[in-house]
Amino acid sequence: MKNFLALVFTLFLGFMIITALSNNEAFPKYGEADVSTRVSQKYLDRSVNGNPGEIIFREATNLESGPANTVTAIVADYRSFDTLGEVTVLFISSLGVALLLGSTKQRRMELDFHPNFMLKVGSRALFGIILMTGIYISIHGHLTPGGGFPGGTMIASSMLLLYLADDEFRAKIKGFKILESAAGSAYVIIGLLGLLIGSYFLENLLNNGVLGYLFSAGMIPIIYVLIGLKVGSEISGVIDNFLTEESV
Amino acid sequence: MLQYAAIVLLMLGLYGLLTQRNIIKIIISLNILEIGLNLFIVSVGFVDGGLAPIFTSVNNSSNLVFVDPLPQALVLTAIVIGVGTTALGLALAKNIYQKYGTFEIDEMGEE
Repeated sequence: MKNFLALVFTLFLGFMIITALSNNEAFPKYGEADVSTRVSQKYLDRSVNGNPGEIIFREATNLESGPANTVTAIVADYRSFDTLGEVTVLFISSLGVALLLGSTKQRRMELDFHPNFMLKVGSRALFGIILMTGIYISIHGHLTPGGGFPGGTMIASSMLLLYLADDEFRAKIKGFKILESAAGSAYVIIGLLGLLIGSYFLENLLNNGVLGYLFSAGMIPIIYVLIGLKVGSEISGVIDNFLTEESV
Repeated sequence: MLQYAAIVLLMLGLYGLLTQRNIIKIIISLNILEIGLNLFIVSVGFVDGGLAPIFTSVNNSSNLVFVDPLPQALVLTAIVIGVGTTALGLALAKNIYQKYGTFEIDEMGEE
């Protein structure tokens, strides 16, 4: 009976949403969105404070926001304060996991199988490649798809590989905690520097350079690498908390 | 029409949340709901024939047609928050399992 009521409720709600959205003038059909009438067009043209004209790859200089990847421009520049809040949410959730699962005397959770020599060595070789890919994606967040969050998750996934492939492995979790707090504080300090030297919080103080080069976009790559390190160490800490248990 | 497929996914997650009595299944339902919502938000910004909003040596001018980057940036935020809530939920589930020895809500508290 309860399941039937839930089914009726969800069907009704889904029907309501779909009828409200279809043939609605304010809601465009799939693929027919008009970006030029949205605020996003200003982000794409970098024309929030004045119009720079047409933007050409590797020619446009001194734009108000330098990353070639517009999503990065929004995440780490236009809406950087929002990202700071997002990183804080992730920090609080990893803190909560540590509070719920962590204790002072911890040992590694035992695996059901004992990995042999080949698995251990092979996973260590893969670990380096995955770690390097994660760092590469973090550094190139302003040029290519990806950025701090996917890169950080990749760093954490390389840690997860070592945890799963080696039943004695235990990451130096203290180092992760220091890295995490250092990266988080550096993000806030960069923001406060903008307030002190410039005119607003998280202002981009460095020169934006030419769009499309690795050394461009001012502080955006620095902020994104910091986010990558922070996310990577946080999720590695969460993985460590899940794969350890209290020693008896 | 693809937007409505995302709505279906969202409703599927909501149905799971309302009916399931197993903690792990509730967390999975929450994730399905979240994925449906994220797909819906991204699909709102899609333009037919639009390019990914990244300037490259091939797509090198701002006069080309790009898809809407703002929903993508918002979904990036939502995914990260989702990971945080899932991790916290799984940590709670682990603690509950250690205390009661079961994930079923109906079987708890009998000891």
